Amino acid sequence: MSDVPYMPQIPAAGERVGATVDYEKNGLLGWIATVDHKRIGILYLLTSLVFFGVGGIEALLMRIQLARPDNDFLSPGSYNQIFTMHGTTMIFLVAMPGLTGMANYLVPLMIGARDVAFPRLNAFSFWLLAFGGLFLYFSFIAGGAPAAGWFSYAPLSEQPYSSTTGVDYYAIGLFVLGMGSIAAAINLIVTIAGFRAVGLTIRRLPLFVWMVLVTQVLILLALPALNASLSMLLIDRLMNGHFFVTDSGGSALLWQHFFWAFGHPEVYIVVLPAFGIISEVIPVFSRKVIYGYEFVAASTVAIAVLSFLVWAHHMFAVGLGHSIDVVFAIGSMLIAVPTGVKIFNWIATMWGGSIRFTTSMLFATGFLVMFTIGGLSGISFAAFPIDWQVTDTYYLVAHIHYVLFGGTVFAIFAGVYYWFPKMSGRMLSERVGKIHFWLMLVGFNMTFMVQHFMGLMGMPRRVFTYPDLPGWAALNMTSTIGAVIMGIAVAIFLWNLIVSFVAGEPAGNNPWDAWTLEWATTSPPPAHNFDLLPPVRSRRPLWDLAHPENPDWEHGH
Amino acid sequence: MDTEGAAERFVTADTYQFAVTLFLISEGAFFAFLIIAYVYFHGSMTSGPNAGNSLNPLKSGIYSVFLLASSFTVSAAERKLSSGHRRAFSGWLLTTILLGAVFLVGQGREYFNLYRADVSVSRNVFGTSFFTLTGFHGLHVLLGLLALCILFALAIGGDFQPGQSNAVRAVALYWHFVDWIWVVIFFVVYVWALF
Repeated sequence: MSDVPYMPQIPAAGERVGATVDYEKNGLLGWIATVDHKRIGILYLLTSLVFFGVGGIEALLMRIQLARPDNDFLSPGSYNQIFTMHGTTMIFLVAMPGLTGMANYLVPLMIGARDVAFPRLNAFSFWLLAFGGLFLYFSFIAGGAPAAGWFSYAPLSEQPYSSTTGVDYYAIGLFVLGMGSIAAAINLIVTIAGFRAVGLTIRRLPLFVWMVLVTQVLILLALPALNASLSMLLIDRLMNGHFFVTDSGGSALLWQHFFWAFGHPEVYIVVLPAFGIISEVIPVFSRKVIYGYEFVAASTVAIAVLSFLVWAHHMFAVGLGHSIDVVFAIGSMLIAVPTGVKIFNWIATMWGGSIRFTTSMLFATGFLVMFTIGGLSGISFAAFPIDWQVTDTYYLVAHIHYVLFGGTVFAIFAGVYYWFPKMSGRMLSERVGKIHFWLMLVGFNMTFMVQHFMGLMGMPRRVFTYPDLPGWAALNMTSTIGAVIMGIAVAIFLWNLIVSFVAGEPAGNNPWDAWTLEWATTSPPPAHNFDLLPPVRSRRPLWDLAHPENPDWEHGH
Repeated sequence: MDTEGAAERFVTADTYQFAVTLFLISEGAFFAFLIIAYVYFHGSMTSGPNAGNSLNPLKSGIYSVFLLASSFTVSAAERKLSSGHRRAFSGWLLTTILLGAVFLVGQGREYFNLYRADVSVSRNVFGTSFFTLTGFHGLHVLLGLLALCILFALAIGGDFQPGQSNAVRAVALYWHFVDWIWVVIFFVVYVWALF
């Protein structure tokens, strides 16, 4: 349990209470040597932002190449490297560190703790990620980046077909950052289990913390599958092993099973914390408690369990046999149930609320719609005859981007607009933020909505160019223009971050009138987080504090 | 419970034990996949070296007894530390180290003999999956031995006070894991080779 004393009342906005214990150094060394979860969280977020820029540039290069039929802007070889690095970067170096950064910064604050359980291990986790990412990118100057796709299917990823060192850098880089993820998961689970404020029972935990907890369990069990697979791939490549080399008795199929045993839980690893962000943002800006707290939490656990049982839906095209396909199709459709439960929880929370459409809330609402579209195309994939028809086409590219961009990235934007004031002490500009949102929404849908049609028309993914078939040029050009608009939106977002960090409006402790513990301290919080904590008798301790005449705990939640 | 000016909270023994347990769960998942890979290829090698014609379950079984015994000696060391017998504690640690080392020597001899018989990672899929599984396990034993040696050096230097030690608890848990996962591997690799 946390040992921060109770506070009798929230101090006035912007006013620091008590003496700060600043054991952290300032300047560059202070950041490099930091063991403070808040600084490490920000380091994660900045790493994610840098790689978001890199991965975004890779995406733009691909879209420029595909803007016209028979284009020769990129060579086929570079195109393969770029789409491989784009996918690998966005999953492992943007989505995961972005969400881990949020969790690192927020979980101790939300549960009223001074830091995570093991601050040094926390710093170690971050540096494993940073160096794993640098290692992966070093491949570009070491003879060529990996070019076998982000899931590195064997035997394409094996020595005879990928003879540069790219896949070796991929395997070692991901292994290193995978270890970092496991260490971070251990740290967060122990922190949530043992360092909560008095009264903050598991049934009063903020839903973001709930989702982070479930996600860390997924990481703990799924990342070892990736690490084992990568070890085997390296043994094949560096020691002439035979695991996945089909013509000497190995099995390419085994790689697919192993990779997706990691890969499907991974989908939820990068989306559950996003659900958590949405579950914090929507109630605050609807001025209502979350509808069906228990259902949101329990459906998360259901999703986590199911996520380990549906890996082969990525492999319908392999020909595993009818009965196996049926089992995995049913399992995959089942996941839509707990996910749908959440969507209805969020809509019901908004229903009848007095909604404030701040930029954060706009992104959360955008998330609801975009993620639902991605979820629906996902269900269509679960019906394997449809999968056979559209697998490895742009329909799939559209699906994954509606889930991971319209879902995860929109949620991260919602989270950044929501918590930036806490992290920096200053508000992001709402005016610029709204331009960012609308450009992003329009650009995103222009880019990816048309890709559904490209896929249905038969355009395969991962091709560096295409012939001038009827309609293809116009759809591809639309997609490219959309991508450029998204690029502009991201530039505006960066501008907003920088300008607001320097000259934004001061935020005060609790600019959104929110209810969870992170808002009970100054913005930014002192190194030791809290001088005093409010008593926790419900899910909304700050509501109780502000409304002693009508506290939540009188209503039993 | 929580009063004004409460002392800094320290990470407690339970927290360490929980963290190490979580780490070992992830290690278990890692080994599960190596074991599945081995099982997947078992029997696919009808010609050339395979588990049945290359391994010596009896010899490996004898060396395995040493590793298993070390699980009990490390527990004995922990008990001696908590009851305050610091010399006995060091003695049981040393015994554990020696037992683990004997196991590694056995594995080294096995690898050497296989190598002479031209069974290697690159020979065929049996070699690849066998050396990967047992090699990763051997690496874990080696790392455990290093940790035990550090504990032993600290014990000789008089670092441990009687009672519970988080470091000893963490290493002991890890060592139990390394020993008992070997029981699984022994059955899958060596006992199965007999049939």
